[in-house]
Amino acid sequence: MFAFIISRILQSVPVLLVVALISFAMFAYVGDPVSIMLGQDFTEAQRTALVADLGLDQPFFIQFAKFVGNAVQGEFGLSYRLSRPVAELIAERAPATLELACCAAGVALLVGVPMGVYTGLYPRSLLSRAFLTFSLIGVSLPTFLIGILLILVFAVWLGWLPSFGRGDTVMFGWWSTGFATMSGIKALILPAITLGLFQLTLIMRLVRSEMMEVLRADYIKFARARGLSNRAINFGHALKNTMVPVITVVGLQLGAIIAFAIVTETVFQWPGMGLLFIQSVGSADIPVMAAYLLLIACLFVTINLIVDLLYYAVDPRLRVSRGRGH
Amino acid sequence: MSPILEVRDLRVEFPTRRGTLVALDGVSFSIAPGEVLGVVGESGAGKSMTGAAIIGLLEPPGRIAGGQILLQGKRIDNLRYDQMRRIRGREIGAIFQDPLTTLNPLYTVGDQLIETMLTHLPISPAVAKRRAVEWLEMVGIPAAAQRVQSYPHEFSGGMRQRVVIALALCAEPKLIVADEPTTALDVSIQAQVIALLKRLAREKGTAMMLVTHDMGVIAETADRVAVMYAGRIAEIGPVREVVKNPQHPYTAGLMASIPPLDRRVERLAQIDGAMPRLSAIPQGCAYNPRCPRVFSRCAVERPELLDAGTTLAACWLHAKAMTDA
Amino acid sequence: MANAFAQLRDSDIWWSFKRSPVTVISAIVALICIVTAVAAPFIAPHNPFDVATLNLLDAFKPPAWIDEGEADYLLGTDDQGRDLLSAILYGARISLFVGISATVFAALVGVSVGLLAGFLGGTVDALLMRIADIQLTFPSILVALLVDGIVRAAVPREVHDQIALFVVVVAIGISEWPKFARPVRGSTMVERNKEYVLAARVIGVSSFRIMTGHVLPNVLGPVLVIATLNLGLAILAEATLSFLGVGVPPTQPSLGTLIRVGNDFLFSGEWWITIFPGVSLVIMVLSVNLLGDWLRDALNPKLR
Repeated sequence: MFAFIISRILQSVPVLLVVALISFAMFAYVGDPVSIMLGQDFTEAQRTALVADLGLDQPFFIQFAKFVGNAVQGEFGLSYRLSRPVAELIAERAPATLELACCAAGVALLVGVPMGVYTGLYPRSLLSRAFLTFSLIGVSLPTFLIGILLILVFAVWLGWLPSFGRGDTVMFGWWSTGFATMSGIKALILPAITLGLFQLTLIMRLVRSEMMEVLRADYIKFARARGLSNRAINFGHALKNTMVPVITVVGLQLGAIIAFAIVTETVFQWPGMGLLFIQSVGSADIPVMAAYLLLIACLFVTINLIVDLLYYAVDPRLRVSRGRGH
Repeated sequence: MSPILEVRDLRVEFPTRRGTLVALDGVSFSIAPGEVLGVVGESGAGKSMTGAAIIGLLEPPGRIAGGQILLQGKRIDNLRYDQMRRIRGREIGAIFQDPLTTLNPLYTVGDQLIETMLTHLPISPAVAKRRAVEWLEMVGIPAAAQRVQSYPHEFSGGMRQRVVIALALCAEPKLIVADEPTTALDVSIQAQVIALLKRLAREKGTAMMLVTHDMGVIAETADRVAVMYAGRIAEIGPVREVVKNPQHPYTAGLMASIPPLDRRVERLAQIDGAMPRLSAIPQGCAYNPRCPRVFSRCAVERPELLDAGTTLAACWLHAKAMTDA
Repeated sequence: MANAFAQLRDSDIWWSFKRSPVTVISAIVALICIVTAVAAPFIAPHNPFDVATLNLLDAFKPPAWIDEGEADYLLGTDDQGRDLLSAILYGARISLFVGISATVFAALVGVSVGLLAGFLGGTVDALLMRIADIQLTFPSILVALLVDGIVRAAVPREVHDQIALFVVVVAIGISEWPKFARPVRGSTMVERNKEYVLAARVIGVSSFRIMTGHVLPNVLGPVLVIATLNLGLAILAEATLSFLGVGVPPTQPSLGTLIRVGNDFLFSGEWWITIFPGVSLVIMVLSVNLLGDWLRDALNPKLR
């Protein structure tokens, strides 16, 4: 178990290094940070001083090592656009994004999995067909359009829910939460549905196809031949086997939720990391982009680790055949 | 003694877009308590399909389109799914071909045994747990008390098939439908598994329908044998008679193609051509295009099972009384 | 040619196509989308890019069936007095162009990498697939945003505006190539060990010839399915980028751009500026997705 975790962590190190390298390359070689920081008027001496100050005259590997060292301490320099420390900006915005992403993931899982199981078990029923049609539309509807439609209906026409912002937030230490107030919770509903809907349909379709695949398996046929009840076959045998591949994809989808938060946050003017990132892309604010990229990579690696552990818990085949790593 | 299983004029159809295929037609046989009926034939002859129809697990869109299946005199072919479910495992056990895929990889073999017993038998979980170990011992798994906690992937193929046998027998059914139980196993393991199956069936008084394409297995295990060809029974009778003295030209061809153990032969006989596909079964006797003893009637009329002395054979050669008259 | 048609007519694919009315309808809709998009300059009632004909007095006209609507502007006008129907036709043209180009680009890169990795194996294979794996960990929209952001930072603004369309195509293409590379690599490895390829090697056919002549044709089926399924995603990706304001330049508005513009007027009641381009986008993507789904099922005998 312990060895398994260690090997997984070691496997994710190259991923993080590659991402760090990309971030660093953006930092060092894209655009000209020196002239951006110096502004209009400067002397050659000032320029040389700043280059030395930033360490840009040093060899590549030293620069990279310094970059990684700083990154580990959460030090990414100043935002070109806002002239504030990047770490501070991100820390300020992270709670908004994480709360939104968790709610969206909750919606997607709690609704998507049961819908997938149902449509997998009864593919010909009327309700299944309705679910499938709904999911097809869901897959074809871009996230931003879902948000716009929800705003149009629930904010503009009905006036029930707010269309932008987080409502009133309460600070717990450095964490600002929207869960503590009614207006915060109301503000969360539309963005969470918007963000979760696409993943919901994906999860539903995935669970459905896996379920149908598993139901065709020999061991299900044999379970039927043993006369087990439908309940035991569908929920004990089929669902558990379905979960093995589903866990992987759902893990990846959690990552996608955080990425798609960029879009949702834009639609709802949600003050999270995604909105920060998109504003940075628009104004070529490299430090923020680089920091965001690294942060997302860390998040993904963490999620993947959790997925692997879950996998390990569900599938006994992994537990014994050690060294058969992939 | 009244038979455990009686199949009367069974017909199974597969509706497809190119028309309805008749996979089984006019299949009739019975199995007495404690008897082992072997069913042989080439792949696609309908052996496995017959087994699937009996346990009520035909792959859709296949369906029973005619005839009756009686278990201890009661019809089971028209039962609702849930009624049939109670019979499966409890009255009729099943063994499938590939032990590598028939066990759920995520549950221990013990859990799967306990689950099956608790579904069918009025016993407590503690008793079921004890019996699970006993069953593993009975099918010859060493250190059963520990192995009961093992997952299927921790067993070899032969051992897994022993577990499958335990699963099929653990609710003490009166009939076992074994569909190619040794085909996926190493040759050296096959004999052991067959011997085990035979011994347990004898001990428990369980009747068995043993589907295989291996005449050797049949000759060694079965009391009677049914030879199937293109969805019908070509010949059925006591195993020794069918092997030594086949009455249907197809059975004769089949037997001639088995290498004899007691003498050397230069060249084995073979049957020319191939079994027809279900979509292109010839008129009259399905075997007539390949039959060395074909005559005019064979291409026109389809023979029913006729009395051929020691066996029943679906061949006009045995309708002499009628042709002579 | 006639023979080929006859073959198609008798094939399973054609049969499953005819049997599924949804597929037939979506094929027709997709066809209409393509035709109208290509022929936009000829069938659009107005030229939305002709500044001379634009009149701000025509701005915010509702669709023709609502009071104050004018028959001349069937779907109403936007904030600059542009005919919305014409803008949608031109926008669909750009959306489709970017979607198809990006998919073709992704397919070219992905198939080449997949063939190379599958055929050469060893270190090359491990390296290429590791890259694909790492990239697949990240959602494609993020990769596309990143590529776009880097280009934006690397080139001056004036240059960027000129090559923006190209940048979007490349950004989306780069974000999707691993989806092609992985299955192609898989099938290539299977094909590589088949006897006809071994035979071709033995008689001295060059590796390149084997790949293009023998292996490639065998992996084209799955590639076609992936391409169709990805076309919908690519169109959505473009719309998303444009909606976020980092996609195609404002001078060449795609459906996503139109939606972005209309979004600003949602609260003042001019819903049509957003909704009609949105509906057009959904219809286009839906028909492509349905076609892709059907193609996948029809070519995948396992699920039939």
